[in-house]
Order: sequence, then structure tokens, then C-alpha cells
Amino acid sequence: MIKIVKRDQPSKAIFFFTPVLAIFLTLIAGGIIFFILGFKPIEALKFFFIVPIADKYGFSELLLKATPLCLIAIGLSFCFKSNNWNIGAEGQLTFGAIVSGGVALLFYDQEGFYILPIVILAGAIGGMIYASIPAILKTYFNTNEILVSLMLVYVSKLILDYLVVGPWSNPEGFNFPETRQFSDSARLPLLFEGLRIHAGIFLALAAVVISWFVFYKTYLGFQMKVSGFSLKTAKYAGYKGKKMIILVFLISGACAGLAGVGEITGPIGQLHREVSPDYGFTAIIVAFLGRLHPVGIIFASLVVAITYLGAETAQIFMQIPKYTGQVFQGMILFFLLASDYLLFFKFKFIGSKK
Amino acid sequence: MHKFLIRSFVSSLVLLFTLTVAAVAKDVKAAFVYIGPTGDHGWTYQHDVGRKAVEDAGFKTTYVEGVPESADAERVLRQLANSGHDIIFTTSFGYMNPTNKVAKEFPNVKFEHATGYKREHPNVATYAARFYEGRTILGTIAGTMTKSNVIGYVASFPIPEVIRGINSFTLAAQKVNPNIKTKIVWAFTWYDPGKEAEAAKALIDQGADVIAQHTDSTAIVQMAEKAGVYAFGQASDMDKFAPKAVLTSVENNWGPYYVDRVKAVANGTWSQKDTWHGIGDGMVVISGLDSQMPSDLQAKVKKLQADLASGKVHSFTGPIYDQKGNLMVAEGKTADDGMLAGMMTYVKGVEGDIPK
Repeated sequence: MIKIVKRDQPSKAIFFFTPVLAIFLTLIAGGIIFFILGFKPIEALKFFFIVPIADKYGFSELLLKATPLCLIAIGLSFCFKSNNWNIGAEGQLTFGAIVSGGVALLFYDQEGFYILPIVILAGAIGGMIYASIPAILKTYFNTNEILVSLMLVYVSKLILDYLVVGPWSNPEGFNFPETRQFSDSARLPLLFEGLRIHAGIFLALAAVVISWFVFYKTYLGFQMKVSGFSLKTAKYAGYKGKKMIILVFLISGACAGLAGVGEITGPIGQLHREVSPDYGFTAIIVAFLGRLHPVGIIFASLVVAITYLGAETAQIFMQIPKYTGQVFQGMILFFLLASDYLLFFKFKFIGSKK
Repeated sequence: MHKFLIRSFVSSLVLLFTLTVAAVAKDVKAAFVYIGPTGDHGWTYQHDVGRKAVEDAGFKTTYVEGVPESADAERVLRQLANSGHDIIFTTSFGYMNPTNKVAKEFPNVKFEHATGYKREHPNVATYAARFYEGRTILGTIAGTMTKSNVIGYVASFPIPEVIRGINSFTLAAQKVNPNIKTKIVWAFTWYDPGKEAEAAKALIDQGADVIAQHTDSTAIVQMAEKAGVYAFGQASDMDKFAPKAVLTSVENNWGPYYVDRVKAVANGTWSQKDTWHGIGDGMVVISGLDSQMPSDLQAKVKKLQADLASGKVHSFTGPIYDQKGNLMVAEGKTADDGMLAGMMTYVKGVEGDIPK
């Protein structure tokens, strides 16, 4: 007989083991789904997870895809660690892209080394402005940040629609919904000839290092951790909660804004209606899969990025519907949440000594 | 014996030749990049019907659905070009820049971009359909069938393609019924059944008894069926989704063009061009007419269809005035393709302003 017993303390080993377990279970469930759909499971999984990154180009695409996910998830982990539920990273990304794109368009016919830093900065500021709205409303008016930040996503997309259809649309573009192309000086430099991976990856890596330092070596990190465990304790300890809430939202917004900059000044090179394929939402999965730990988030962003690439490859070579990629992302989160059960409970075999 | 040898030699040569030609023809592989799911029963669905026609013609095809117009499009295109496809159809406007970019790297692969205008390399062609011709027919039917003289129109995005459709529709409706007004609701989406249904509902609440649409889902015709008003199918024949509401549909018929272009690649005769085909070339097809339409209207529609096909009637024949009463096209003149391609003003009789 097996009995389920509550653990005295959540297990630290299991805390980092469950993401691996979740990925493993997703692979098995994915294989079963492929089998039911009438595909050879092993072959399908190969096209999903190995073929897309089997060459230099594929690997660069993986990094290209993982960069915004990692950057946003790092930002989100500041919020999530401290009990602030910022669900609107997609909106902060979009608004960052709008502001930095607007600046890039001002310089569309100019070249100069100073343009790119201004464009990048503008994107970070745009993301911060947009994230400050739910933060200020939460601290001063007690609104629910989940609703406010989520609703603002749709507002930001409508603003982008309005701009690319109307005032910012390319004057030579026959009224199609897109802006002019940015000048080369407003584009992030490519790291290798012929590959799309660009300098934006350094922004993501810098965010990883800085966040690690803040989380584990600073007073702010400690405050965030305490607030995450118990808001009452944080208050009792005399932490100034309002200041921290605004700060983590600003950091989160800046990261999302920078991810937007990376997309438009990296591979896209202009503003149009679809700047991001919902990176801001997918990054929520990445943040939790990475256990809100900077290094974990790097791995998680790579794992989730490959589900995008794999879905394309599997459709091209095996005619597997591309939407399976989203099924995989959903399953990873599902299994992760389900296996978190093991954090708090353990199986005990009755009859054994212990 | 000698003769026999020669004869068998010649016949085997002939056989070898036919085999090689057949093999070359079969070897051409075509790829299709879709913006939505193949099951949308609208835009993507019809492109996929076209793809199946290419398969039926004996060619291998591949497709990738749900490709966002973000940075991802370029990767999908490069992967298709890299994996032995000879011609790639990119079926949404937002693929324009990625298509031209990847085309530059793969000069031996042909690219066909739907609804765009950039042909930056000799291996990029563009194609689109004159859907506004179909909307001239819908307008004629709507203007005749309406009792409230209010016609609803669910639009997607304020771009020339959509404005052109609204104008063509309204002009035709006015011609048979000068009292009609076209009310527009902008859904700001190509495919979102929820939003589209809401838009249709709003129009019906404002008194519209005929609803036209420039979005892709079947939600609008289904809403019309429920409310007991008329509607038109978009992109594919939507009659089966709302048998009472749907009077007819304008179908996007890409198959013949696709087969033509893939065959051209097989024969080595493919060349860059800009195609804009309408009813006459069969790219725009009018589905069967509903029996609720009086027989004189049916006859009128059939005649109009034939006249549009032959070029005897043009959807934009003057005099045409804009909302403020300024002359857009003089009497006896027709709008040229340049004007049609950049059309961003409503004609008289359309209510409201273009969102800017």
C-alpha cells in the first residue's frame, strides 16, 4: 500500500527536479499524441526537438527565439518573486517597441553611432512607462494588477494598430499597415554573417547576471523574497512595500520593452501589426519553468523556444499540424504545476520502517 | 535485324525522353505559407483548396499554417527554400519583406507573394484577386433585398483592399436603390469569430437587414441566421453554415493560378509578373444564388456577372463622388488600377469616417 504524506518542509531537491520531470512527462505525452494522430512518435519527436537545431543556422534561430523569452522572463521573475502578478509583459513589450520604433523612425534617413543607443533606451523607457500604470494603480488605488496589466496588453496592440495604419504608415507603402524600414544605424548588429542572431542576446545575458546579483546579494533581493513568502512579515519588518512594488514593475517593464526593441531593430527592421508572437505571455511559462531562477530561466527559454522551431519543422517534413507547438507549451506548464504536488507531499510505502 | 535495332534504339530513346520529362515535371515541389489555420473556412482554407489542386495536378506540396507575420516568417521561408522546394507561395500581406529578403538568398527558388507590391528580385512575383468585382454583385443583391435600407458591413482593417470593397459594394447597391446607407463596423481583425459576431450583432441592432463582411470566419453569417437577416459568405461558399441567411458567397479561387504557376516552373517558363485577376479569369467566383432571391434579380445578377467578366461593366464607373461630394471619377471614365490600389476615401453613401 502507498500512502500520501505531507512533507514537513518543501523539498529543495524536488524544487529543481520537477521542471525536468515536467519536460520528461511532456515528451511522453507528446509521443502518445503523435501516435494517436497517426505519426511515428520517435520520428516526430526527432523532427520536433533535434532536427531544428542540428545545424549552425538552426542553433542561431534557437538563440534568436530564446532571447526575448529569457529577457522578459527575467524581468517577470522580479515581479513574481515579490508577489506582484504582472501578466501584461506583452503590452510592455509592445509599448516599448512603439516608443523605440517611433524614435527609430525619426532617424529613418540618418546614419550615426548615437542612434542605436537612443533607440534602445527609448524602448526600455517605453516598457517602464507602460508597466508603471498597473504598479501605480496598485500601490495608490489598490487595484488588481493582474486585470490592469492584462487589459493594457490589448490597449497597446490597438495603439500599435492605429499608428501603423495611420500616422506612422510608410508614405511610399500604398497605405498598407507598416512603417518605413529603419536605417541601418538603428538596427542591432548581427553577430555572424548569414545568421540572424544579433547583439540583443547580450542584453538578455546582462539581465541574467544583474538579476542573479540582485536576487541573492542585495537587500532589495531579500526584501522581495520576504514579501514573496509573506506580505504581513514584510510589513512587520518595516519594508516600504509601495516603493518595492513600483521598482519591480519598472524593472519588469524595462526588460519587456528591451525584448520589443530586440525584435523590431533585430530581425524585423520596421514596425508593423505583429511585432511579437505573444512572447510576453509565453515568457510567463518560461519564468515558472525556470523556477524564477536566472540560470533556470536560461534553460527554460531554450526549451520553450525549441517548441516553436520544432512545430515548424514537424509540419514541413511530417505534415504534423503546427499548433502542436502550443500544445507542448501548455503541457509543460500543466505537468509542472501538477508535479509541484510532490513539493509538499511524498509517497510513503506502508510496511516499510520509515 | 538492323532495322529492328535502330527502331528499338529510337523507341527507347523516345521512352527515356518521356520518362525524363515526366520525372522533371513530377519533381517540382511547391510550398505554401499560411497566416491562419487551414480549417478557418475563409482565407487560408481557400488557399489550401488551391494547394490541393496543385497536388491533383501531380505535384508534391508542403504547407505551414499559422505562421505569424513576426520575425518567424523569415525562418519558415528560409527553411522551405532550403529543403528542396522550387516555388513558394506566401499568402498574406505581412510576408512581403521576409519574402523579398529570402528570395535574394535563393535565386533559384521562385517566390509568389499574395496581395503585396514589392518585387525586388527577378524570382519574386505578386498576385491578388479583384474581389471588388464580387462585391459589386453583392451590393446589387443587398440593395435589392433590403427593406430597412440600412446595410451593415463588418470590415477588418482600414487598408485600400477593404476600402475598395466597401466602395464597390456601396456603389452597386446605390445603383439599384439610391436610398441605401452602408454602416461600417471595424472589427480590427481578419479572423476572430467572437469579435466578428459582436460586430454583426451591433449592425443588426442598428437596423441593418443585410450584412456583408470582409473578415474570414463564419460567425457573421451564423449571427445573421439567428437574427433572421441576410448575409453573404466570404472567401468560401458559406451556405451550409447559414442556409437561410446566405444569399450567395464570393469565393476566392486560387487553384487555376497555382497550377499554372507550378507548371510554369516545371516547364521552365516561369517569369516574374504582377497578376490581378477577377471574375473574368475565374479567380473570383460567385457561388450559387439562393432561391429566396426573386428570379428577375437572379437574371440581373447573372448578366452583371457576365458583363464584369467580359469587361463591359467596370465596378468603378463614373460619376463617382466621395463623402464630401468631390468628384472622384468623371462620368464615362473608370478608375484605373493605380487609383484602385491606393484607394483610401469612402464614396458617397457610406456612413462614418475611415479610422485614422
